Amino acid sequence: MKVLVTVKRVIDYNVKVRVKSDNTDVDLANVKMALNPFCEIAVEEAVRLKEAGTADEVVVVSIGPKACQEQIRTALALGADRGIQIETEEAPESLGVAKLLAKVIEEEQPGLVIMGKQAIDSDNNQTGQMLAALTDMPQGTFASEVKIDGDNVNVTREVDGGLQTVALNMPAIVTTDLRLNEPRYASLPNIMKAKRKPLDVKSPADLGVELKAHTKLLKVTPPAERQAGIKVASVDELVEKLKNEAKVI
Amino acid sequence: MVRESMEFDVVIVGAGPSGLSAACRLMQQANETEQELTVCVVEKGSEIGAHILSGAVIETRALDELFPDWKGMGAPLNTPVTEDQIFMLRNEEASIKVSNILVPKTMHNHGNYIVSLGNLCRWLGEQAEQLGVEIFPGFAAAEVLYNDDGSVKGIATGDMGISEAGEQKDSYIPGMELHAKYTILSEGCRGHLGKELIENFDLAAEADAQHYGVGIKELWDIAPENHKPGLVLHGSGWPLSDGASGGFFLYHTDDNQVVVGLIVDLNYSNPYTSPFDEFQSMKHHPVLKQYLEGGKRVSYGARAITKGGFNSLPRMTFPGGIVTGCNAGTLNFSKIKGTHTAMKSGTLAAEAIFEALQNGCEGGQELQSFTDKFESSWLYDELFRSRNFGPALHKFGPILGGGFNFIDQNLFCGKIPVTLHDDKEDYEQMLPASECKPIDYLKPDGELSFDKLSSVFLSNTNHEEDQPIHLKLKDETIPLNRNLPQYAEPAQRYCPAGVYEVIEEGQEKRFQINSQNCLHCKTCDIKDPAQNIRWVVPEGMGGPNYPNM
Ligand SMILES: Cc1cc2nc3c(=O)[nH]c(=O)nc-3n(C[C@H](O)[C@H](O)[C@H](O)COP(=O)(O)OP(=O)(O)OC[C@H]3O[C@@H](n4cnc5c(N)ncnc54)[C@H](O)[C@@H]3O)c2cc1C
Ligand code: SF4
Repeated sequence: MKVLVTVKRVIDYNVKVRVKSDNTDVDLANVKMALNPFCEIAVEEAVRLKEAGTADEVVVVSIGPKACQEQIRTALALGADRGIQIETEEAPESLGVAKLLAKVIEEEQPGLVIMGKQAIDSDNNQTGQMLAALTDMPQGTFASEVKIDGDNVNVTREVDGGLQTVALNMPAIVTTDLRLNEPRYASLPNIMKAKRKPLDVKSPADLGVELKAHTKLLKVTPPAERQAGIKVASVDELVEKLKNEAKVI
Repeated sequence: MVRESMEFDVVIVGAGPSGLSAACRLMQQANETEQELTVCVVEKGSEIGAHILSGAVIETRALDELFPDWKGMGAPLNTPVTEDQIFMLRNEEASIKVSNILVPKTMHNHGNYIVSLGNLCRWLGEQAEQLGVEIFPGFAAAEVLYNDDGSVKGIATGDMGISEAGEQKDSYIPGMELHAKYTILSEGCRGHLGKELIENFDLAAEADAQHYGVGIKELWDIAPENHKPGLVLHGSGWPLSDGASGGFFLYHTDDNQVVVGLIVDLNYSNPYTSPFDEFQSMKHHPVLKQYLEGGKRVSYGARAITKGGFNSLPRMTFPGGIVTGCNAGTLNFSKIKGTHTAMKSGTLAAEAIFEALQNGCEGGQELQSFTDKFESSWLYDELFRSRNFGPALHKFGPILGGGFNFIDQNLFCGKIPVTLHDDKEDYEQMLPASECKPIDYLKPDGELSFDKLSSVFLSNTNHEEDQPIHLKLKDETIPLNRNLPQYAEPAQRYCPAGVYEVIEEGQEKRFQINSQNCLHCKTCDIKDPAQNIRWVVPEGMGGPNYPNM
């Protein structure tokens, strides 16, 4: 079985995001970028399926400018077999991404598609769902466990207040949640090997997709800054302050 | 699991200006002569530049030699220095602007550029990769490997996935051995492995004690009307007092940004001195405030500098390798510039090593040819001329020492026929707390000055939480039993990241190490009066993630 994994280049989760002074967007100049953590979990799951003998090939695809090849290489270093970059200068919207991925699925015919449930930059949480609709494939979102069972995949989903297990006919789409697995570290020899693994570059035109913008980013503002706290010496002082200064009790 | 190994011709530790220049120069020579050469660079930061913190006004001399067409190639040197100003801050309000004629020549910056050294390193890294260098960010060199004959065989990267208790987690992977014919240690100031090699091979036997400073720096977005691209301010004085010395800088870069920082010499004697708080207070001085007011702080960080210069420079070669850049101590303190010198020492190392390999050398030798090249280079000449600068300031103080430096640099071009020495280690200078006055520092106002925690937040520093603490105490009892009564445990104040805390719980006192906050500045390794703290590399990727520093 072939597994297709999608990966996105996003701002590293350690970086404190800063809004540009003209409020047009967040500042990405020379900021550390990384593989979206949920996508990393997706890669790990696919590689584990391969190690278990369930999958025989893991293909990673990323959509973005040339720099996103770095994240494809990271996925290859973690154990994926080959990469596809769909070159776009601008960051397409979720629907555009889903349309491009639908074409990749048509070409690659994977048995299973594993995606992150969302990217930590825009937090949209919709590409997997849109892709399922476009391809008419069943979906198991927010997966905390994935088990292949013959022609089915059983996905345990993290839903409000509990877990839900669904059985999907394959080919199917799975989106990962945080608890699905703990991704491994890439080793030095694997990073070197990854540089030599095949990586195809395609354009949206090659796939016959025209990207359209349906939304416009008007403004980005940082959250209000928290006021510095103060230390109180006693419970009495605290009560006094809550009563008279904050006027909350 | 046993460690695997890989073989290279040259392994370089640290992707700073020195290591990257060495890497580029090695591959340039290999490509020119169509020789096969394998060069790898390991860097502990999560990416190249993530751990680089500098001023920086740089001289391009070494870059001109390495990439004559750096302009055409798009190197990020965008802001030429347009004006130099020097101030003596007298007190919190007053200052004296030092006339240009009275400034030692070495402090003039005409022809230099204001850069983000982190970004310059990112660019050098791209060049190196294009030339064929293997660069591995996120891998820290944790250990030196030796051959049976005692020569250096390479390094080993640290294990990943060890818990705080020292047990292997699920994610455990053992480190890798990287073997090389020659190893270059370019870890910057107070390199963890460089320090070991300097000790093991007794490289500093004939050198004076090394001297250090800690530089604390911030990046600010400022109001466009206050921005003067290319303006460079330097100065000294207030609020430093009570035997503490140092100098500030404020550079106007592009995009309505300035960098502002203070370098505090680590030979200060009052254990109550807090370089961090000195810096925060200093920003309130009108000379600096006029630019910062109404602006917003974007980033924060700290890094030690090696400033002993020529007299403190150890032998740089050992069997199997070379120590370069600030790891050895090539910074020119009379200019407060270490970038061009670090780069030059790296390219000289690359040339000596390449020559040896071309002559069929199997590695492991001590390369006298490096020392010869070094001694006949402009680098040696430059460091020699500046040899008295630091010692004069230490010996005679800023006024008389400054006068000496003026005469030495301007009238004798640094060749005054005496050499001053300053042979006391910085950590030995600390006086008992009982002989010193506690310093009452300004409370941060949240506009110009800030507390340590909100500062560290802006350095984007992070370490995987469940890992062994990378700040090793040789004797766990010293902080509370010796340093606290004698010196009021100065680690609480010299660490610019608030890593060390003495916590009182009722009658009990506890020494706490918040290692996740560490900025890898190395001050604790340098200044602990008991020399009890050893900084070792944490798991790769850990540490700050500086953008544009
Ligand atoms: C506040 C401040 C202001 C300065 N201003 C100027 C200025 O205006 N002009 C100027 O020319 N110079 C300036 N300098 C000095 C200049 O930054 C240094 O001289 C220069 O960076 C030294 O280069 P280097 O390559 O030797 O070391 P570094 O730049 O320190 O680079 C060392 C690299 O090695 C990595 N490393 C270290 N140990 C390991 C390990 N064990 N394993 C893997 N990786 C490792 C580090 O993460 C780092 O990336 C300033 C320094 C400071 C702190
Ligand atoms: S713990 Fe040491 S190296 Fe880390 S920030 Fe503090 S003084 Fe610097």
